[in-house]
Amino acid sequence: METLHVIDYNETVISIKDLYKSFGDLHVLKGVSLDLHKGENIVVLGKSGTGKSVLIKIISGLLKPDKGEVIVLGKKVDELKRKELNELRLHIGFSFQNSALYDSMNVRRNLEFPLMMNYPKLTKKEVDAAVEEVIEAVGLKNKLKEMPASLSGGQRKRIGIARTLILKPKIMLYDEPTAGLDPITCTEINQLINEVQEKYNTSSIIITHDLTCAKATGDKVAILIDGQFAKAGKFDEVFNSNNELIKEFYNYNFIQ
Amino acid sequence: MKRTTSRKYVLTKRLDNYFYGVNNAYLFTADFFKQALRRPFHFKELVNQCYEIGLRALPLITLTGFIIGIVFTKQSRPSLEDFGATSWLPSLLGIAIVKALGPLVTALICSGKVGSGIGAELGSMKVTEQIDAMEVSAINPFKYLVVTRVLATTITIPILSFYCSVVALIGSYINVHSEENTSFVIFFKNAFSTINFLDLWTAVAKAVVFGFTIGIIGCYKGFNATQGTSGVGKAANEAVVMSMFIIFVEEIVIVQISNWIRTF
Ligand SMILES: Nc1ncnc2c1ncn2[C@@H]1O[C@H](COP(=O)(O)OP(=O)(O)O)[C@@H](O)[C@H]1O
Ligand SMILES: [Mg+2]
Repeated sequence: METLHVIDYNETVISIKDLYKSFGDLHVLKGVSLDLHKGENIVVLGKSGTGKSVLIKIISGLLKPDKGEVIVLGKKVDELKRKELNELRLHIGFSFQNSALYDSMNVRRNLEFPLMMNYPKLTKKEVDAAVEEVIEAVGLKNKLKEMPASLSGGQRKRIGIARTLILKPKIMLYDEPTAGLDPITCTEINQLINEVQEKYNTSSIIITHDLTCAKATGDKVAILIDGQFAKAGKFDEVFNSNNELIKEFYNYNFIQ
Repeated sequence: MKRTTSRKYVLTKRLDNYFYGVNNAYLFTADFFKQALRRPFHFKELVNQCYEIGLRALPLITLTGFIIGIVFTKQSRPSLEDFGATSWLPSLLGIAIVKALGPLVTALICSGKVGSGIGAELGSMKVTEQIDAMEVSAINPFKYLVVTRVLATTITIPILSFYCSVVALIGSYINVHSEENTSFVIFFKNAFSTINFLDLWTAVAKAVVFGFTIGIIGCYKGFNATQGTSGVGKAANEAVVMSMFIIFVEEIVIVQISNWIRTF
C-alpha cells in the first residue's frame, strides 16, 4: 500500500510493555508489548476472544491492567487520577465494535454531546460548526436529524467515528471497524480510516480479524495469539513467516 | 487452567456472592452521595428526567388513586354503619390514605413503572457499550445518568404520592357525597382534622425514601447488567422485585420510628 502519511519514528504515542490481564482464571493477555509511533497505523489481528478489545480498553483506561506498563502520550494510564485520565481521554478517539451510539439521541445530539459536556462554554455557533465539519468528514450530511436506530450498520460506524473526531483526537482506537459489514461498505470504511488519518493527523490502533482491512489500513500488523503477539511487522513480512498459527489464520481468511 | 490450593470461597459460593453484592450496592450508594454534591450539576437532564418520570407514572397513579379512594370508602362504610359512626368516615379515610395508602401505592406503582424503566434503559446502555462510550469521551456516566435519575425519583415520587392521596380523597368524596351529601369543604376539613404535623412529615419522609430507593436500585441493576440482551430484561425485573421488597421493609421501619417519636 502507498502511504501518504508521514510516520515519525522518534515520537512514541503509545508504549506498552509486558502487559498482563486476567479475569479470574481466564488469562487473557500474557505479556503484550507494543509501540505506536506518531502518524502510524498498527493493525492488531487475532481470533475472537483473544483479548483484542481488552487491549484497547486498557489503553483508554476502561480496564485496569494486572501487570505491565501502559504509557499513552507520555502518561501512565493506570496511575492517573480521574481528572487527569479524562484530560488524556480527550485525545483518544474510541470507535466501538457496535458503534455504541446513544439510542435516545438523534445523530446531531450524538455528535454535539461529547463536545458540549466537555466544553460547556462553547457557543451554539461553534458547536454547529464542529458538527458540520465532522459530519462532512464522514459524508453523512443528510442524516443529522435521524435516530441511530434508523441507520444502517455502515452509517452507524461512520457516525461513531464522527463522534470521536469532534474532540480532535491524536490517537484513534478502532474496535473491529468492518465487522458485520458487506464488502463494499468495508472498503468504504477502510477508505474513511485512511482519510481520517490524513486529515486529522492521527495515529491509530485498528483491531480486526479481516485481512483486507488490515492490508488497506495498516502500516504494520501484529498478530495476537494466545495472549501474546506472535509476530509484528509489515503485512507481507508477517504472512510470509513459517509460523503455523499465522499460516492457519491467513489461509482461513482467504479461503473464506 | 491452574488449580489454586487456597479455598476459593470464604463461606459458600452463594453466600459470598450475596455479601459481595451487598457491598457493591453499598459502594454504589456511597458513590451517589459523593458525586451528587460535586460539580458539574446537570440541571437540564434532571428536569428532563423529572418530567419523564412524572409523565410515565401519572396516568396509572391517577387511575389507581381514584379507584382506591372509591373502593376503600365503599368497603369501610358498612363497618362504621354498624356503630352508627358514618360521620367518622372522612377522618378514617384521611388517616388511611394520607398516612399509609398514598405513599405506599405510589411507590409500588413507580417501582413497576419507573424503576423497571430505569433498569432497562441503563441496562441496555451498559450492554451496548454506550456507558463505556461516555466514559471514553471524558464524560462521567455516573453523574450524568445515575445522579440525575436518582435525584429525579427522589423529588418526583413525593409529589406523585401527594397527588395520589388527593386523587384518592376526591374518589372518596364522590362516594361520601352521594350518600351523605357532605360538602367538599367539610369533607376535606374532617379528613385532615385527625392528621397532625408528625403524620404529614412521616408521609413525606416515607415518599422521599421510597423515591430514592426506586431510583438507586433501578440504576444499580442497570449499571451492573451483563450477558447481552437477556441481561437487560433481568436488570429490569430485578430492579422491581428488589425495590418492592426494600420498600416494604422501609415502610415498617419508618412507621415504627414515627410511633416511637410520638411517645415523647
Ligand atoms: N469485563 C470482563 N469480565 C470478564 N471477562 C471478560 C471481560 N472482558 C472480556 N472478558 C473475556 O476476555 C476474553 C477476551 O475478550 P475480548 O477482548 O472482548 O476478545 P476479542 O479479541 O474478541 O475482542 C473473552 O474470553 C472475554 O470473555
Ligand atoms: Mg472484541
